[in-house]
Amino acid sequence: MNAILLTAIWGIIMMFGGVFFKSKQTPKYWAIAGLVIIIISNYLELTTGASFFEIETKYMLSFNSFNLTFITIALVSTLLYFLLSGSDIEKVGDNVSEYFALIFFVLCGVCLSATYNTLLILFLGIEIMSIPLYILTGSDKRNLKSNEAALKYFLMGAFSTGIMLMGIAFIYGGNSEASFFITNINIGEGKMPVLIAIGMVFMLIALSFKVSAAPFHFWTPDVYEGAPTVFTSFMATVVKIAGFIAFIRLFENSFGKVQAQWQLLVSVITAATLFIGNLTAVFQQSVKRMLAYSSIAQAGFMLLAVFALNITAMQGLILYSAAYSLATIGLFAILIRMYDYTIDGFNGLAKNQPVLAVTATTFLLSLTGIPLTAGFQGKFLMLIAAIRDGHHHWLVFWAIICAAVSAYYYFKIIQAMFFKQAGQEIQDHGSIAEGATITTGFKVLLILTAILIILLGIFPSLITDSLRF
Amino acid sequence: MPVYYYIFLAVALFSIGVIGVLIRRNAIIIFMCVELMLNAANLLLVAFSKMHHQAAINTNSTAASDAQVFVFFIMVVAAAEVSIGLAIIVMMYRNTHSVDVNFLNRLKN
Repeated sequence: MNAILLTAIWGIIMMFGGVFFKSKQTPKYWAIAGLVIIIISNYLELTTGASFFEIETKYMLSFNSFNLTFITIALVSTLLYFLLSGSDIEKVGDNVSEYFALIFFVLCGVCLSATYNTLLILFLGIEIMSIPLYILTGSDKRNLKSNEAALKYFLMGAFSTGIMLMGIAFIYGGNSEASFFITNINIGEGKMPVLIAIGMVFMLIALSFKVSAAPFHFWTPDVYEGAPTVFTSFMATVVKIAGFIAFIRLFENSFGKVQAQWQLLVSVITAATLFIGNLTAVFQQSVKRMLAYSSIAQAGFMLLAVFALNITAMQGLILYSAAYSLATIGLFAILIRMYDYTIDGFNGLAKNQPVLAVTATTFLLSLTGIPLTAGFQGKFLMLIAAIRDGHHHWLVFWAIICAAVSAYYYFKIIQAMFFKQAGQEIQDHGSIAEGATITTGFKVLLILTAILIILLGIFPSLITDSLRF
Repeated sequence: MPVYYYIFLAVALFSIGVIGVLIRRNAIIIFMCVELMLNAANLLLVAFSKMHHQAAINTNSTAASDAQVFVFFIMVVAAAEVSIGLAIIVMMYRNTHSVDVNFLNRLKN
């Protein structure tokens, strides 16, 4: 409850603060200060269970260790994102404090879609999360690519909202309890009622749109490439993992009992997502576009949790979302400062900027899933969960093969950084874009992020212990 | 009237919306089709609310009214979405002088 209210309040403060802030740097410090307060209050709620606010929610929201741990991860990732890329948000346009305000509103939506208990709050959470993102995607107003990405994202997002609402209406119609509570959906004995089955398929399609699972992923590369890179970083991490939490909570609480009836459908979606994401990423020259496809591939791995739906899967999803967010935010923070976004732009980075190259290597290894990194633990738990589930073993083999394919394109960047000579243009210009500065603080933060990833890889219990089932 | 009439009408509206989104090229028309989908969901919710209400009217005189409240939420969110969507379309029109989505394929390659 703390996080939901405080993010909304702080968003409003940032919005009106735009009138009073004199300097362009001020909003960043306010945003970081606010986020630290929110993280502390959320952590207090996680450990003590008491909230600052006493609000009767009529059981529409539920707060347990799973939700609150996830919210903590999302908030900490955002804090890291502000610290690493906050100065790049200032470069997007003039309305700096509005951008931060919108990010706080997105966070409010993230908190809602992690704690919802009725389909109404699910709908509101997803919308509160998406609508500010449409604006952020189009925030580079003069750039035609940004316009196109915003329009595409908006039309696809609104389309999936329509499908989700239709699904909600069908679930409500088929539910003899006539209630929107996800734990209260009467799916009956044996086969699901027809209306609920239709509704479930619609919800599956709509949520697949939101988490960009194949075959509903086609908007992702265009939107991620067209949006300003700072906001792509936020979209690809915090918002995507929030979509997964919404996904797994809905399917665990309402359709968990009839898992056998939809498991094949989800396994096909998972396999297709893994395949398309990894295979297309191999052929990309632009690192930004490659990261978009790699986010589809990582989404495929996270879908394994929805497929398995057991305690290991819940732990794995939490760990995976932390590992994925940390590595991707770090990688994007480096990418924003590059002069050339293609893989050739990374040539010879190890000589010019050894700290950047070494930390980027750690992030890439974590995304690949090399042991001793958090990404390995996440992938490992996902596979264990899928094996424990006991059905569709082919999916586990498929996931391992796809993870092996992903090593190819991640390692291509590592190879470019360490073993290739920089081209003439990059030698003349330098690997770093003009106007971008690599401060010592930035390097220290990158090293801290890399240490955090390795720490989580060695002691995954740091996160999973806070979950109580 | 039986509830099936309403379900058929809502499904028909929804299908018109989906087909419109998929085949039309004008951003504004696509947007209108999305709104049609939302309204189909509204109609369906109200119809189901009435259906559940009649089934439970003897025990609870306010049964199943929550779906009608849901409809108001959908309307509010749709209004918020319209304001953002039209702003994005206007922004695009200023740069390209066109609202044709075929014009927008620069990101494909």
